[in-house]
Amino acid sequence: MSKTECVISKLPTPQRDTELRQVWRHLRRNRLAMAGLAVLALFLLCAIFAPLLAPYDPIETNYDVALQGPSTENVLGADWLGRDVFSRILFGSRISLTIGLISVTIGMVIGVPIGAISAYYGGKLDLFVQRLIDILIAFPGILLAIMVVAVLGVGVENVMIAVGIASVPIYTRLVRGSVMAVKEQGYVAAAKSLGIRDARIILRHIMPNCLGPIIVQSTFQIATAILWAAGLGFLGLGAQPPDPEWGAMLSKGREYIRTAHHLTTYPGLAILFMVLGFNLLGDGLRDALDPRSRKY
Amino acid sequence: MYGYVIRRLLLAVPVLIGVSILVFAIIRFIPGDPARAIAGVHASTEYIEQVRKELLLDEGLHVQYYVYITNLLQGDLGRSTFTGRPVTVELFNRFPNTIVLSASAMLIATIVGLSAGIISATRRYSLFDNASMLGALVGVAAPVFWLGVMFQILFSVNLGWLPSGGMGTWKHLILPALTLGLATAALIARITRSSMLEVLRQDYITTARSKGLVERVVIYKHAFKNALIPVVTVMGLQFGTLLGGAVLVETVFSWPGIGRLMVDSILARDYPVVQGAVLLLAVFFVLINLVVDVIYAFLDPRISYGSREVD
Repeated sequence: MSKTECVISKLPTPQRDTELRQVWRHLRRNRLAMAGLAVLALFLLCAIFAPLLAPYDPIETNYDVALQGPSTENVLGADWLGRDVFSRILFGSRISLTIGLISVTIGMVIGVPIGAISAYYGGKLDLFVQRLIDILIAFPGILLAIMVVAVLGVGVENVMIAVGIASVPIYTRLVRGSVMAVKEQGYVAAAKSLGIRDARIILRHIMPNCLGPIIVQSTFQIATAILWAAGLGFLGLGAQPPDPEWGAMLSKGREYIRTAHHLTTYPGLAILFMVLGFNLLGDGLRDALDPRSRKY
Repeated sequence: MYGYVIRRLLLAVPVLIGVSILVFAIIRFIPGDPARAIAGVHASTEYIEQVRKELLLDEGLHVQYYVYITNLLQGDLGRSTFTGRPVTVELFNRFPNTIVLSASAMLIATIVGLSAGIISATRRYSLFDNASMLGALVGVAAPVFWLGVMFQILFSVNLGWLPSGGMGTWKHLILPALTLGLATAALIARITRSSMLEVLRQDYITTARSKGLVERVVIYKHAFKNALIPVVTVMGLQFGTLLGGAVLVETVFSWPGIGRLMVDSILARDYPVVQGAVLLLAVFFVLINLVVDVIYAFLDPRISYGSREVD
C-alpha cells in the first residue's frame, strides 16, 4: 500500500455514516425516545417469539377458567371461552405490528412517488395531483379507511389496504413539500445541466435529502395505523374471530365489563403502550434529524 | 377578507364535486357484482335485477353519475335497502346527535387543552407541567374506544354516577363527550404549551414586562392571542379526527349518531346509507376547514390573502 493510499484509508468515514452516527448519538441522549425504543423492542421480541413465550395456545379454549381474573395460571386472566388473555395479547402484537408496518409501506410506496413526481415537474400535473389529494384529505383518515373496508369487505388484509390508502395523502403532501424545497438547490440545477435523467435526479439527488421527514412521519404513521386498525377491529370491520387482534378482543370483552373487566383493560393497555412507543421514538427522531435542535 | 372567504368557498366546490364522485364510486368499486353484494347472499334473482335497475348499473358510468348528482342536488340520496326509508330521513334523524357530541367534545378539549397548555407554559418544569405533559402523551396514544370503556367501568359500573350508554338526559352526554374530547385536549395542550413558550421568548413580551405590566395581562393580552394561531390550525385539523373518533365513541356508548349508523349500515351492506353518511361527514369536514381558515385569517393579520393585499 502506497503512502497516499494509507492516508486515504485513515480519512474519516463517509459523510452519511457520520450523519447516521450523529443522529444515533443524539437519539441515545433522549431518555423518552430510548424508553419508546425499549418498549418497541419488547413488543418486537414478543411478536417474534410469541410461540415460545406464550404459556398457552391463543385459540385453545378451557371452559373451566372462563372469565376468571388474573391468577398464577392465567397471569392476565381468561376470556369467555377460557382462552388465556396474556397469550392472546402476545400473539396480537404480531397482528398489530404487521398491520402497522405493511399499511405504512403501502401508503409510502404509493404516496412518496406521487408526491415527488408532482413536486418535481410542477405545473398542471402538480395542480391536478394536489386537487386529487384535496379530495382524499376531505375524508378524515379513519373514515377513508372505513370507506375502503366497506368496498373491499372485512378482514385483516383489507384493513391493511384500507389504512395504507388512507395514509397516501399524508405522504404525498409531506414529500411534495420536501421535494419543493430540495429541487431549488444548486446541486439539482447542476445535475440537470449535466444532462442527467429526471428519474436519476429524483432518486439519487433529491430523495436522499427528503428521507428525514419521511422516516419521522413513518414512525408516527405506524402509530396512527395501529390505532386505526384497532378501531376497525373494534367496529367488527377488521380481524375476525378467533384471531387475537387487540381491537376485536376489546370489542367482545365489552360484553363482560361488569364481571370481567380484565378483558378490556389489558388489550387496551397493549395498544396504548405500542402507540406510545412509536410516538416517543418519533418525537426523538424528529429532534435528532433536525440539525437546529442538536446540541453539541 | 370577504374576497378571501369567497375565493375559499369557490375552491371548495371542485373538492366537493370530487368527494361526490368518490362516494358515488363506492358501490361501483365493490368487487364482483355490486347488485348481488347489495341485495345480499340469499337474495332472489328478481330482487338482484331490481337493485341493478334501481342503481342503473347497466347504464354507462357518466349516465349513472348524472342521475346520482341530479338526485343529490334535489336532496334525494336513495332509500335504505335495510329499512326502506329515504336515506336523507335516516341521516337527518342522526346528524344532530353527532353534532351535539362533537361540539361538546370540542368544547371540553378546548377548555382542558388551552388551560393545561397555558399553565404548563407559565410554570415550566413544575409538577403540574410534568404531570399534564405526561397525561397528554398518554392521551394521544390511548385508543378512544378503550378510554370510553374504561370510563364506563369506572363511572357507570363501579361508581354508578353516570349512565353507560344511550341518549336522553344531559348525563348521557358527559361520558361520550369526555372520551372524545380528551385525546384532542391532549394534543391542544401540547401545541398550546410549545406555542406559548415560543411567544413568551419574543422581544415584545420582554418589552411588555419591562413596562411594568401585570403578568396576567402579559400572558393573556400579549402572548395568548399570538400563541393561538398554530393552536387554531391544529384544532381545525383535529376536528376531522374528532369526527372519525365519533364513529368509535358512538359505538361504545350506543349514541344514536351518524357514525354508528354508518358502521351498522356497512355490516348490513346497506350501501345507499353508507354513501349518504360518508358524503355528509366529508362535506361537513370541508366546511369546518373553511371556517378554520377564515378564523386563521382573522387571527393572523400578517398573512395576506387577497391579490390587492399581496400587491
